[in-house]
Amino acid sequence: MSEQSKPARPLSPHIQIYRWTLTMMLSILHRATGVALYAGTALLAWWLLAAASGPDAYALVQEVSSAWYGRLVLFGYTWGLFHHMMGGIRHFIWDTGRGFDLKHVEIIARITAFLPPVMTLGVWLAAYIYPGAL
Amino acid sequence: MADMRTPLSRARGLGSAKKGTEHFWMQRVTALANIPLMMFLVGALVVHAGSDYTTMTGFLGNPFIGVVMLLLIFSACYHMRLGLQVVIEDYIHGEATKLLALIANQFFTLTIAVACALAVAKLVIG
Ligand code: HEM
Repeated sequence: MSEQSKPARPLSPHIQIYRWTLTMMLSILHRATGVALYAGTALLAWWLLAAASGPDAYALVQEVSSAWYGRLVLFGYTWGLFHHMMGGIRHFIWDTGRGFDLKHVEIIARITAFLPPVMTLGVWLAAYIYPGAL
Repeated sequence: MADMRTPLSRARGLGSAKKGTEHFWMQRVTALANIPLMMFLVGALVVHAGSDYTTMTGFLGNPFIGVVMLLLIFSACYHMRLGLQVVIEDYIHGEATKLLALIANQFFTLTIAVACALAVAKLVIG
């Protein structure tokens, strides 16, 4: 960029310049999980359409969702969902104009990082304990 | 910095896309709705993940469940359409590809919504 065409405002350095921070990771994760949840709705449609179609179509859903790879996808989906949900709640706090100072940003970030794995494990534990569920 | 906007445009507060804060607002409204709705879905999956065909269709055929499922479908699809639109606008800069991606986003989300809604309707009514 020539001297003349340089804009008269500060430019942020390239992404590789930054040290990795938790807040940055969570921000990226919120977007990544949003996109993953987006794609995953195709599975929701498959499940509902199969149930509406009849026993044979539904049997395939059951087979895939109880296989290890199906379980892995479902596990990933719940994990992603909880991360995205907590990330969304973090946005709600910011939307009220609160929690922007560094101390609170950091506290909220830690809670947002800690809760989703706990919630995910809790849900799956419940699913395996619930009589006859899985 | 000099403000280039006319007093009228500032009063209307619609911005350059003429949509105002609608996108932001609906993203938050649907996000809020998604919290209880997705909790419901996770709960339903915990209870019914291993259910056989008869139990599952009985569950999904309940009109009360059907109402929640429809709300979930519409809220999630509305929310994810707005969300991915922003992602596309952020990363795809070619005018033609961007337009195509935005249209694909509309088609995909509407298709999912219609497919899920029709399935739920059949399970409840059919
Ligand atoms: C469970 C409750 C949910 C909450 C609280 C929530 C919250 C949010 C919020 C606040 C945003 C805007 C972030 C921003 O302005 O930067 C957002 C973005 C997004 N959400 Fe959700 N969401 C939820 C569920 C979902 C679901 C179920 C899906 C998909 C099926 C989804 C897909 C997306 C996508 C694709 C984005 C765009 C990501 C981005 O711009 O970085 N969300 N969500």
